[in-house]
Amino acid sequence: MKGITKTLFSVVSALTVLAVAAGCGSSSNGSQKSSGKATVTMWSDVSGDAKTAIDNEVSRYNKSQSNITIDSQYFESNAYKQKLQIVMGAKKGPDIFSNWGGGRLNDFIKANDVVDMTSYLKNSKTKYLPSIMKSVTFDGKIYGVPHGNIQQVNFFYNKSLFKKYGLTPPKTWDELLSDVKVLKSKGIAPIALGGGDKWPDLMYFEYLVDRIGGPTVFQNIQEGKPNAWSQPEVIQALKMMQQLANAGGFESGFSSVGSGNGEDAALVYTNKAAMWLMGSWGYTSILSDDKSFIDDGNLGWFSFPAVTGGKGDPADVAGNPSEFYSISSNSKNKDAAAKFLVNGNLDKQNVKDLINIGNVPPVQGIESQLKQAKGGDYMTFSYDLIKNAPYFQQSWDTALSTKTGNELDDDLSKLLINQMTPQQVAADMQKFKN
Amino acid sequence: MNWQRWIMVIPALVFFAIFAIIPMCVAVYYTGLNWDGLTPPTWAGLSNWVQVFQNGEAWQSTRLTIELMVLCWITQNPISLVLGVFMAGKQKHRAVFGVFYFIPLLFSAAAIGVTWSYILNPNFGLVDSLLTALGVKQPVNWLGSPHLALISVSLVIAWQFIPFNSLLYQGGAKQIPESIYEAAKIDGAGPFRTFFSITLPQLKYTIVTSSVLILTGTLTYFDLIYVLTSGGPGTSTQVLAMDMYKQAFMNNNIGMGSVMAIILAVFGLILSLLILKFTGFNNMESQKEGA
Repeated sequence: MKGITKTLFSVVSALTVLAVAAGCGSSSNGSQKSSGKATVTMWSDVSGDAKTAIDNEVSRYNKSQSNITIDSQYFESNAYKQKLQIVMGAKKGPDIFSNWGGGRLNDFIKANDVVDMTSYLKNSKTKYLPSIMKSVTFDGKIYGVPHGNIQQVNFFYNKSLFKKYGLTPPKTWDELLSDVKVLKSKGIAPIALGGGDKWPDLMYFEYLVDRIGGPTVFQNIQEGKPNAWSQPEVIQALKMMQQLANAGGFESGFSSVGSGNGEDAALVYTNKAAMWLMGSWGYTSILSDDKSFIDDGNLGWFSFPAVTGGKGDPADVAGNPSEFYSISSNSKNKDAAAKFLVNGNLDKQNVKDLINIGNVPPVQGIESQLKQAKGGDYMTFSYDLIKNAPYFQQSWDTALSTKTGNELDDDLSKLLINQMTPQQVAADMQKFKN
Repeated sequence: MNWQRWIMVIPALVFFAIFAIIPMCVAVYYTGLNWDGLTPPTWAGLSNWVQVFQNGEAWQSTRLTIELMVLCWITQNPISLVLGVFMAGKQKHRAVFGVFYFIPLLFSAAAIGVTWSYILNPNFGLVDSLLTALGVKQPVNWLGSPHLALISVSLVIAWQFIPFNSLLYQGGAKQIPESIYEAAKIDGAGPFRTFFSITLPQLKYTIVTSSVLILTGTLTYFDLIYVLTSGGPGTSTQVLAMDMYKQAFMNNNIGMGSVMAIILAVFGLILSLLILKFTGFNNMESQKEGA
């Protein structure tokens, strides 16, 4: 009798263990434990050639791994920003999500939605350009790794128009204004601006502030110091922007011209406009829309002019350092995700692929590769600009919080059509602080 | 038998509560929150309301909404009336014409917005190219000028909705008994006299219906404006619905977005009450003979 009870007991307990184990297996949301395979979902907003480069990188990595599968998914850029905001809010983010670093990433970090990657990145300290990594480093902890292209902002110009009217790329803001005057008198739009999308306006502002006052002006704003928005450097930058617009610096109807749809670029390669301040993707965009314009050597570039008497170093650069991959805290496969980001992301082949499509990956020691590449002169210009920059000013609309960034975009677009004065913009932004 | 009536009403009431009353109450609650949709919300009391009105943006959006409503009414109603009456007539090929003419209504607002933003483009657009070909030196800045943008938007909305409103008028005009026109003819009335003395008074309630639809429709109009101007240049076309979207989903400020939503709802309520009171919409009687 005793023996039977014992047997029965052990059978029951074995069954219980089995049931519990099975239960765990099915409730742990899949793949990882039951088959030993981890599926890592990765979201980004890239498209075209850059998407193909990621696809290749992912499939290469998946083949090399027996127990990790990366599932890379892509979204349209504006929709992606909103989708990301919503899923992160619902704590249902993908394992890896692409982002722009800065204040928007910090919003997620403050909500405990992002994994601290510092320990994973111990052995890859020299892989990435240091000026880029600042955007994902908060309180000394690193929350992401870059991918894709460095996206600094610089002026592009139409060489044939410049030649026709005997102009040279301006080195100072005053030279820029005198070029504007000449072009205007010839019936050419001096500068193409996609003001309908609002964010291109900001590029002038962030550069001017840095050229006039150096990095501290923005740092005061970011730290929310009292009256940071009414610093004289800020007011002066706003005034100079408005002056440029009122002097006819931009094409007619600039506040309804889009940038996302390639309208501003089209003005440059159809010889309607002479200059264009844009991120490095502007080069790729002209390359895909009108390759012959670049092949004929009509596209030139120069860095944002200095402001005479300004405190900022004219070698400072503004823009989006690059896009980053971060891991969300609710991921069930954090280690697998980190493993991919450390080893698979921006591997040698990916760096090569990116350079082939005219992108400059933010990794160290690729100078000679860039020089040999097609379009290497622009890529070398970009890379050197960033490598030698004493300071990289991240775009204010991603460096500050979303709300402040949007309000700034709105106010600047009103400034350019004289619906607001520089003082009103400063007063309005002061209300937002940070 | 009173309770049976209540039972019949219950399904409708339940749906109304779930989809209208409860969301509205939740929205009122949200107006008191300081919430970005990510971090846990904190209670902000009335500060969102204070901010909206101190900021002045709400006033501006309200003013723009009223302006757009007036513009839409002016551009849509008279043209729809004339076209509707024309289509109710007996002209040749009228039906074929009517079919073509109805097409804009079949397009989605997003498609219309994208198409028109190309047509009105200041540098490559069709309209300005035509104007330049006709010798106009300075291209018109349809969507980029703060003064013109709202008018351009209202014209595109008119292009989309005149067909629908003229359909209403066509139906209304067809209802007018032939005998009245015959009597007028015998009395020696010309086409203009007939239109102003018979057609127009007979269409009184159609005018009310069409106006109500235009005004309430414009109040919440969003999609086309979003695609065409996104509220720009600056905030020149940022009507209430656009402002609500911007606050809630672009600035991630759910509290402020809810404040705008409540303003919009109250505005709509006041508008419907006014229309009911001053047009006799709820005690319409037929003007037809013998009815």
